[in-house]
Amino acid sequence: MNLEVMGSYLPLFGKALWLTFRIGWLGILLSFVIGLVTAVVRHYRVPVLRQLAGIYIELFRNTPLLVQLFFLYFGLPKLGIRIGAEFCGILGLGLLGGAYMAETFRSGLETVEKTQVESALSLGMTRGQVLRLVVLPEAVSVSIPGFTANVIFLLKETSVFSAISLMDLMFTAKDLIGLYYKTTECLVLLVIFYLIMLLPVSFLGSWLERRVRRAGFGY
Amino acid sequence: MQALGIDVLFKGTNGQRLLEGLWVSLRISLISVAISLTLGVLVGILMTKKHPVIRILTRGYLEIVRFMPQMVLLFIVFFGSTRVFGWDVDAELSAVIVFSFWGVAEMADLTRGALISIPKHQYESAAALGLNGRQTYLLIIIPQTLRRLIPLSINLITRMIKTTSLVMMIGVVEVLKVGQQIIEANRNSSPNAAFGVYAVVFLLYFLACWPISLVAKHLEKRWAVA
Repeated sequence: MNLEVMGSYLPLFGKALWLTFRIGWLGILLSFVIGLVTAVVRHYRVPVLRQLAGIYIELFRNTPLLVQLFFLYFGLPKLGIRIGAEFCGILGLGLLGGAYMAETFRSGLETVEKTQVESALSLGMTRGQVLRLVVLPEAVSVSIPGFTANVIFLLKETSVFSAISLMDLMFTAKDLIGLYYKTTECLVLLVIFYLIMLLPVSFLGSWLERRVRRAGFGY
Repeated sequence: MQALGIDVLFKGTNGQRLLEGLWVSLRISLISVAISLTLGVLVGILMTKKHPVIRILTRGYLEIVRFMPQMVLLFIVFFGSTRVFGWDVDAELSAVIVFSFWGVAEMADLTRGALISIPKHQYESAAALGLNGRQTYLLIIIPQTLRRLIPLSINLITRMIKTTSLVMMIGVVEVLKVGQQIIEANRNSSPNAAFGVYAVVFLLYFLACWPISLVAKHLEKRWAVA
């Protein structure tokens, strides 16, 4: 292993980390929004939208991200819908994650006791207020461990972005291996950089889990 | 059909080749699933032991699998093994090694979770009824563990099938790669093939995984612990 070579690769890996990080977190943000909306739609049994949400969740939970990305990036332009690689990555991750987040949210929503809703209503809150001030905060705090698991899963899934020519960590490693044959150095850097990205999330997750549980409702 | 580019799949042996590609993916995942389920249960039982060395080793193993994307592991085994040991591991074998390495950890964690979820009073009640150690496990503990474990391990199968799509990145010619080849070979005769072929690949994966997840969901509901 040649440390000098590894040092010279650092800027390239740093750039790739930033790209992976950016797309990863934007995608996760999108998945959070999609998941929240689909879960609420399903929980409140909104007609038509509920069925659509169900189809969406089944479709995206049962197909790999790589295939979804290929379809979005190479397939859709044939219908005249052309989207850039970066946006495609964000959209793909958001759609995949949304389906997982929706399920996590939904199991959180199901743990909210009926008495909580009834009490809030009898205090004179409107239905919107009940959802915003009572149901969602409780559901979200219960779902935190599930979210952390989903976030780590989604950040790991970003490793397929290289297939749609995004210069992420995987792409950079493969490129450098092909150019200079410094396989060991590149693989070690690859592992280190993924750890840099994922370890903080894991710590943040367990910290958040402790905090929210302390501020638990009704226990 | 022409405009959507699905017609390509009816030309020559294209459709059949795509299905053969799907079989390559399924074969890799089925072999890995078989290894993961059997070894995973054993490692999971090992994980419930309180021996400090076993604890550290299994914990470290779990963390590695939890943090490393499967793609990175694939690269390490496929490119790294040649570099470091001089072995020539072919792509399909690397895939089976990596997915088993990953699956055993997942399965072990599930097994451990199911085993420690059996409350202590079940053991004590069994003892109070006069059952011996073997009877306690055979009649009380294992049936309950299996009920929790089976739906979760069926889910692992669908995750395994989905993850095999990654093997195209190390050069295995599976369903996605075959799709790509078909699209490229018919670039002139049907320029829209990318839409149709990738849509079909998407659907094929869905059709492979969906029934399995339905079974898992059904069993989970039916065997839910009250």
